[in-house]
Amino acid sequence: MQSRTRNIYLIPYVLWIVLFVIAPIVLVVYYSFFDIEGHFTLLNYKKFFTPVYLRMTLSSFWYAFLITVFCLLLAYPTALLLTKTKHKQLWLLLIILPTWVNLLLKAYAFLGIFGAFGPANALLETLGIGQKQLLFTDFSFVFTSVYIFIPFMILPIFNSLEELSPSFVDAARDLGASPWTTFRRVIFPLTLDGVKSGCQAVFIPALSLFMLARLIAGNRVITLGTAIEEHFLVTQDWGMGSTIAVFLIIAMAIIMILTGSRR
Amino acid sequence: MKQLVRVFATIFIVAFGLMFLAARLNMTEGYSGNNTLTIYNWGDYIDPDLIKQFEKETGIKVIYQTFDSNEAMMTKISQGGTTFDVAVPSEYMISKMKEEHLLIPIDHSKLPNLKYIDPRFMDLSFDPNNKYSIPYFWGTVGIAYNSSMLGGKKITNWNDLWDKDLRNQILLVDGAREVMGMGLNSLHYSLNDTNEAHLQEAKKKLASLTPNVKAIIGDEIKILLANREAAVGVVWSGEAAEMISENKELNYVIPKEGSNLWFDNMVIPKTAKNIDGAHQFINFMLDPKHAAQNAEYIGYSTPNKKALDYLPKNIANDKRFYPDPETTKKLEVYENLGKSMLAHYNELFLEFKMHRK
Repeated sequence: MQSRTRNIYLIPYVLWIVLFVIAPIVLVVYYSFFDIEGHFTLLNYKKFFTPVYLRMTLSSFWYAFLITVFCLLLAYPTALLLTKTKHKQLWLLLIILPTWVNLLLKAYAFLGIFGAFGPANALLETLGIGQKQLLFTDFSFVFTSVYIFIPFMILPIFNSLEELSPSFVDAARDLGASPWTTFRRVIFPLTLDGVKSGCQAVFIPALSLFMLARLIAGNRVITLGTAIEEHFLVTQDWGMGSTIAVFLIIAMAIIMILTGSRR
Repeated sequence: MKQLVRVFATIFIVAFGLMFLAARLNMTEGYSGNNTLTIYNWGDYIDPDLIKQFEKETGIKVIYQTFDSNEAMMTKISQGGTTFDVAVPSEYMISKMKEEHLLIPIDHSKLPNLKYIDPRFMDLSFDPNNKYSIPYFWGTVGIAYNSSMLGGKKITNWNDLWDKDLRNQILLVDGAREVMGMGLNSLHYSLNDTNEAHLQEAKKKLASLTPNVKAIIGDEIKILLANREAAVGVVWSGEAAEMISENKELNYVIPKEGSNLWFDNMVIPKTAKNIDGAHQFINFMLDPKHAAQNAEYIGYSTPNKKALDYLPKNIANDKRFYPDPETTKKLEVYENLGKSMLAHYNELFLEFKMHRK
């Protein structure tokens, strides 16, 4: 009797997973075997291994890597600082707040900020550096992406730092470890799970940023997301779009396995 | 838990209340009967005054909805569940919709005002005999530039864009047909060329333009050029007209080598419920006075020959937006190249975009 009620409770979850997780993936894989005229083919996969798409994959990974690294470099000290502040919840709220604003709106704001006559350039001018082209560069692309993703890096790291019992740190200090050694040998290893999930939360969506690549980088940065969007909306070559999506799914699965906790 | 239930209940009641209110409002304004006409048009692409005038003259209530891309429009119509009576797609989309049987033939006998349309814009390759579509606006693809930022330099043809002085100054519209067409035209090939050698040559030529290209984007070009963010943009004529009205330093030119001539035409999609009303509306918009009023408001070029008489002289005689026949002779309409050729164009365009400085 008890196991039956448990099964009933499972229904919504299973339905959800089947309809919105398994079915779409199966469809994507299915479509990837058809060419533009609707004939069965393996050519899409062959086409993926041409220099064009391989270079695109490489650049997607490179920019996602840069974004993740900068996020981590900024997020870890921030999270560490946050755990030491008085009004933690308030500070945390301030960090989460920007995620409530629509992504498109934020992107347009950066168009203005980085513009030739925007505040960023006005600052450079007053510093005596002079006007620089900021918009449509790698710098502005990585900067904006880091700004958008950083809350997703701070939160898991902050949580794992909060869970860390202070007695470990006290013990390390009592036994004569320097602050740096304490951080390297105690704090960081014990919060590695937070770092890992933060990296996942940033790296995986960063792989297929197409809107920012278009608005902020002016399509000077081409990611796999750009190609997927083009194949689905413009050329209606769903097969090739799906093939790229299949490779992205595989890449994400590999990343999940590699960064997954081994507990 | 109790609080949660209360919150949900409140949201539920408010949502239903609003839905009910909206339905009531529509009813009191007479939107419920058969006497409505749903128009599906690009955003900001009609003088709202004309809709009111049409409602007054015919007693038909107009429901006006907008789209922002041909693809989005076609998807909505082909999926069904909508009741659009008139839509305004671009020419390549018309031939696509025709192929997929999404259009209803237009009865010319119900359109006495059709005679005012310039014969140059009738019976074109994408819709022989205008069986399914009636011209609404037309325009070109060309170069908008800020002459004061270029030190008074003038741009007259596509090849001027390859000038070394324009380093990092050009904004390109994010469209495979437009950019590939520019490459082909600059080599004096047709922008509907399907010869592989010519296409590769065009791609190579475009790759050498890369150092001059600042960005490849969409509608943002308008703001960026008006704000002097860049000096040159490859844009549609209507967008250029809008930019010029905002920033007088800007100029627009149709390149000498030739360029694209595009049309937005009125069609009656398969989803239409009020076919008679749709004809009335199309005929209303074809009236020279109405067409002139609309053209003055929107800033695009009207295909209505008689309407030019009602337009202010400085608009009707503006060669940039109403080019003389000699220039138009060199303009080409996009032909529907078929899915796989279009995919190939996009592939080449993608390769061009990936070309690093």
